[in-house]
Amino acid sequence: MESLYAITTGVLSACGLYLTLRGRTFPVVVGLTLLSYAVNLFLFSMGGLTTDGAVVLDGAGDYADPLPQALVLTAIVIGFAMTAFAVILAMRARGDMGNDHVDGRTREDSEESRR
Amino acid sequence: MIQHLIVLPVVLPLVMGVLLLLTRFGSTGLKRSASVITTLLVAVVALALLLRASNGEIAYYALGDWQPPFGIVLVVDRLSALMLMLTAVLALGSVIFACGGDDEKGSNFHGLFQFQLMGINGAFLTGDLFNLFVFFEVLLLASYALLLHGGGKSRIQSAVHYVVLNLAGSALFLIAVGVLYGATGTLNMADMAARLVELPAERDGLVTAGALLLLVVFGLKAAILPLYFWLPRAYAAAPAPVAALFAIMTKVGVYAILRVYSLIFGDNAGNLSALEQPWVWWMALGTLVAGTVGVLAARDLRLLVAYLVLVSAGTLLAGVGMGTPAATASLLYYLLHTTLVTGGLFLLADMIGQQRGKAGTRIVKGRPMTQGGALATLFFIGAAAVAGLPPLSGAIGKVLLLDAAEAGQRLWLWPILLISGLAAIIALSRAGSTLFWRSQDGDRGGAALPRPQWVGVGLLLATSPLLVALAGPVNDYTRATADQLDNPDAMVNALISGNGDTP
Repeated sequence: MESLYAITTGVLSACGLYLTLRGRTFPVVVGLTLLSYAVNLFLFSMGGLTTDGAVVLDGAGDYADPLPQALVLTAIVIGFAMTAFAVILAMRARGDMGNDHVDGRTREDSEESRR
Repeated sequence: MIQHLIVLPVVLPLVMGVLLLLTRFGSTGLKRSASVITTLLVAVVALALLLRASNGEIAYYALGDWQPPFGIVLVVDRLSALMLMLTAVLALGSVIFACGGDDEKGSNFHGLFQFQLMGINGAFLTGDLFNLFVFFEVLLLASYALLLHGGGKSRIQSAVHYVVLNLAGSALFLIAVGVLYGATGTLNMADMAARLVELPAERDGLVTAGALLLLVVFGLKAAILPLYFWLPRAYAAAPAPVAALFAIMTKVGVYAILRVYSLIFGDNAGNLSALEQPWVWWMALGTLVAGTVGVLAARDLRLLVAYLVLVSAGTLLAGVGMGTPAATASLLYYLLHTTLVTGGLFLLADMIGQQRGKAGTRIVKGRPMTQGGALATLFFIGAAAVAGLPPLSGAIGKVLLLDAAEAGQRLWLWPILLISGLAAIIALSRAGSTLFWRSQDGDRGGAALPRPQWVGVGLLLATSPLLVALAGPVNDYTRATADQLDNPDAMVNALISGNGDTP
């Protein structure tokens, strides 16, 4: 299970990183979302992966570390708020600047200015 | 009541921020006075905490009475109290300035301002790595909205870069926190410091990776060399009172570096101690050089001040990179000076832009200004202070820092810091003479500026002579702070062994 988990997290963050480095706002927002999913999975695994573990009830026995679950919950909430804000900002930028490039200009524009 | 004082710098702005966000909450006048009074109250609380911390006591507040290392703690020591006080003074100047009309250019200025204040105060108070992340997010989310206050193309464009970079930074922060939690099994910074002492050797690599990832995140906030490119445009585009408050944001990064690496990775951490030092030192010098080039190249007054913020960040981080208590003490003095003065200069640049009409803050010939004399006097004081000319506080801060450098470091620090000062003098005198003397013929233009703006700028720039007058006591305090930081055992004992002031 460990290797499957690690590969999933790795693929998610690689895709997220690639998309974040794109030039248009939509792929960037999707990339940031993927990145935050990868981070949430990563945080979740930090208490160690236990199968068939119980919640902490009597203190003794085989139970899953509850703290990373609390952290992931906080991180998910914050990530959601941030994604919503980034989407609105991207739409506002598209409206105000007339295109969806993160630098506020299209490739044709920058080639013209170079000439 | 008195034991709840520690939580007030977070709770007061939170409650007032929520109240102010209710759109039907009263008239503009009511909102303004509520916001100013809350900021004043936070300043009073910060002063009380400063007086309490000045005898070296480390107090903590355990929320819900869950004792550390298990619960969420807010910790006040000398460094936190000093930063709280600085934030409160800067916020007071900015919010008074905003009452001059900037707050009505968009909606919800005062509510967001209080939230940002809450995030900054929380980041300075928290004793827990994950809550540091949470408060970073609070202050960032408020800052995104404040940066966009008033709208406009350049603001949106720089906000896109700022938001995307900081979201990526938050992801890295979480990974770093996760790695450190996985390796040490705790998130409380004092507890983590205690557990690193008996860390099994095979986990050294994991902790090193986590620690250096944290350095990347804090470096992004503090605007260290490869991570500073978002700063000049964002600061130059932000509305003036917001840009002034942002002057503390790079210092949040500097504070986090100081706190985390002195407490967790202090002398007790064995071969993990001071692992940030070589990185911070060289990159700080690079930041200084890049900032200096930017100062000389800037064609706009606000961009010029933004690059001056970058130079000050480089100077402060060079102090961190030196790693001696003497350097820490002098960098804290310089931090007080540079935050307040650059904040004041952002406000002043906006006032100059308003009076010059179409020419704005661009450093070109423009029409003469109605209140040019008063603005020029303030600009002269601010420029002399920020460039480090005696008799103002910049000179004292720089001399302390130059003096604190050891022999090998002097070779690098002295020429770079002195040349950056010279470049600042050249750039500021060029800007000042173009703005105030080389004006076109014609009538003086621009309406008289509202009084709150003068009060806000005056308050922030007056701190520079004040810091000179109080240089003795302030210096004693920063020295004691540096000694406290150099001795992380005191903090660990106060929090973990239960010897602290239990509320």
